[in-house]
Amino acid sequence: MLTKRIIPCLDIKEGRVVKGVKFVGLRDAGDPVEVARVYDQQEADELVFLDITASYEKRKTLVDLVEKIAKNIFMPFTVGGGIRDSADIRDLLNAGAEKVSINTAAVKLPQLISESSKKFGSQCIVVAIDAKKIQPLHAGAGWEVYINGGRTPTGIDALEWAKKAARLGAGEILLTSMDFDGTKDGYDIDLTKAISEAVSIPVIASGGAGKLEHFYDCFKNSGADACLAASIFHYQEFSVRQVKEYLKERGIAVRL
Amino acid sequence: MIAIIDYGMGNIHSVAKALEVFGAKVIVTNKAKDILSSDKAVLPGVGAFDDAMLELKKQALIPVLKDFVKSAKPFLGICLGMQLLFEESEEALNSKGLGLFKGKVVKFKREGLKVPHMGWNQIKIKNKGCLLLKDIPDNSYVYFCHSYYPVLEDDEVMAAACNYGHDFAAAVCRGNIFGVQFHPEKSQVVGLKMMQNFVKLC
Repeated sequence: MLTKRIIPCLDIKEGRVVKGVKFVGLRDAGDPVEVARVYDQQEADELVFLDITASYEKRKTLVDLVEKIAKNIFMPFTVGGGIRDSADIRDLLNAGAEKVSINTAAVKLPQLISESSKKFGSQCIVVAIDAKKIQPLHAGAGWEVYINGGRTPTGIDALEWAKKAARLGAGEILLTSMDFDGTKDGYDIDLTKAISEAVSIPVIASGGAGKLEHFYDCFKNSGADACLAASIFHYQEFSVRQVKEYLKERGIAVRL
Repeated sequence: MIAIIDYGMGNIHSVAKALEVFGAKVIVTNKAKDILSSDKAVLPGVGAFDDAMLELKKQALIPVLKDFVKSAKPFLGICLGMQLLFEESEEALNSKGLGLFKGKVVKFKREGLKVPHMGWNQIKIKNKGCLLLKDIPDNSYVYFCHSYYPVLEDDEVMAAACNYGHDFAAAVCRGNIFGVQFHPEKSQVVGLKMMQNFVKLC
């Protein structure tokens, strides 16, 4: 049976892990390979590396980093952040990333989804969507897509965008709720359910994980195929294994 | 020496490194001479069937791969590399496959099934004699990431099955030719064991 996935997410800046990974006993908690190795041992199902390097020139280090990770860690991982075109995608895949995640570039140039999925296969093209509930709140208000790391509203409806991305050949949606991200109050079930039901490609829920119940609630009630989380794992509140054991006891299919 | 065929369709480093873990000498190459003088070869690959066959053709690798296989040396296709071993694919309008296995590659189509088939799924060992799968327990989890799968004409080549909506061939083997639809180089301990098995084959 295909299992539900638990995916730790690491923010990378100029080749280093940022936003405090607090692992005890790591020689260098800023080394993405060392951190990835810890999650590999915890049997994380995948990893996501999100490059937040501001300057494009310095982003070349990302390809080197991906190569280094792929040579040391034998598990699937996705790389995202700042990808602009098909050449960027090719470089990252050739360096050993299983998948790439595109966000702003896909919104600005939707053909990038169709072109790259045709060329590299849908299975490696993840479209990341940052969505925020439209104000004022009322029934059926929906969610709006934001780009540029959540700074720029687009006026695009998240549901419509997800459907379009899937139609253009995206192989997966990485869905972040801007309303829930950082709250530790749980995943945005309404948003995740709406998107998950609207498309027939896998959906990764992101934003809001703070307790074990949140993962269960998300898988049980939103139809998500995977849950992504960052701080809950980095600060060792729970290990990936603990989350999976909790889910397994409650009848969610996970790999253990 | 194990040749990893580099025809520009990605995913080479992890395969090379996974084999090197077990002491294998690896050469990443698209040169006929290097490939034919190696003891084993791996055909990796992600992407589209058409593009992959076009690249192989452009680089004059199709006859080289067929010659290599005839020499009875172990040959492993991974993911798209496995699909290319079959005769044709409904993904490809312009290219035929290598035709080393009989059958056609088709897309997952069942209603309500999310495609791509993405993540960790279990395999059932169908051919316990398949050396690539030696000591791999039934129901082991391996990592899949694909929308297409081969429909076998000859069930006897099925080495392992996986279920996603229905059963499909997760691994095939016949003599010296092996193919896996999943990614052993990304399947942590279980996948590394298969890589070790491949290195040990003689």
